[in-house]
Amino acid sequence: MKKVMLVASSGGHWVQLNRLYPAFEGMEKIYVTTEERYRSTVDSARFLVVPDASRWNKLKTLWLALVMLKHVLTVRPDIVVSTGAAPGFFALLFGKALGAKTIWLDSIANVEQLSMSGQMAGRYADLWFTQWEHLATPEGPLYRGAIL
Amino acid sequence: MILVTVGEQLPFDRLIRTMDLWAGQQQQKVFAQIGRSTFRPSHIQYKDFLEQGEFRQRLQEAQLVVAHAGMGTIISALETGTPIIVMPRKAALGEHRNDHQIATASRFLALSYIAVAFDENELRQKLADMEDICKSQETLRNIDPSPLLMKSIRDFLPGN
Repeated sequence: MKKVMLVASSGGHWVQLNRLYPAFEGMEKIYVTTEERYRSTVDSARFLVVPDASRWNKLKTLWLALVMLKHVLTVRPDIVVSTGAAPGFFALLFGKALGAKTIWLDSIANVEQLSMSGQMAGRYADLWFTQWEHLATPEGPLYRGAIL
Repeated sequence: MILVTVGEQLPFDRLIRTMDLWAGQQQQKVFAQIGRSTFRPSHIQYKDFLEQGEFRQRLQEAQLVVAHAGMGTIISALETGTPIIVMPRKAALGEHRNDHQIATASRFLALSYIAVAFDENELRQKLADMEDICKSQETLRNIDPSPLLMKSIRDFLPGN
């Protein structure tokens, strides 16, 4: 069974990630997030936690990167998908390096410009989406609608 | 019951204080998830954080949710079909790192999915119009994920 790693930090990113769930039917799902309290919401799927480094604090970001690298090496996903933010960037970076297919869906909250992590993730995303038509460009990201 | 929520990441005293005052004046039953806010309300019941299950249940039971303009909250309210008024956080007041909540709220307002109060005065006005707002949001909103987006992902997956 193909393994898909679904990565999002807590709050809106997580809620949006879960709306993509039906696209991955029939695959083994491994969730990675920053909030331990979400564990009870994912049923029998594997659930991994990473540190929250949403403010791009340097030390915490480094720690996040290391923990994410460990998870990606352990899981060896076939697909990595994320709605943001920093944890998703690192998941795509390491996932891509290890040969996974990668998908980035920038949060619908980013109306005026792509998120910082979304801009950085573009290089490592096989599918790179924005949820706002006016942010799409011929070089990417793509617009194919939104999660609602 | 009216549910107030400000998410888990940042305080939002301005919203909690406004709702506390309003609840005291109007004798309305309000429950708030105040997160990291430091203001302690005296006219409304509150908890700092809610478990996912309890949050979902309170959202389902609420006649109206009044919230920050966080995407998690907005999407959850659309999913449960609970009418929602949001007040975006302002970076100038130290309530968020930037003004993306104002941009998001404006966009969703344009889609007529939600009601938006851009400051406390507007919030009080919206609350006075509560019945109309709830009625206008009762009409079915299509909140399914874009079929094209889901298809693009499925077509891309290995084995397809």
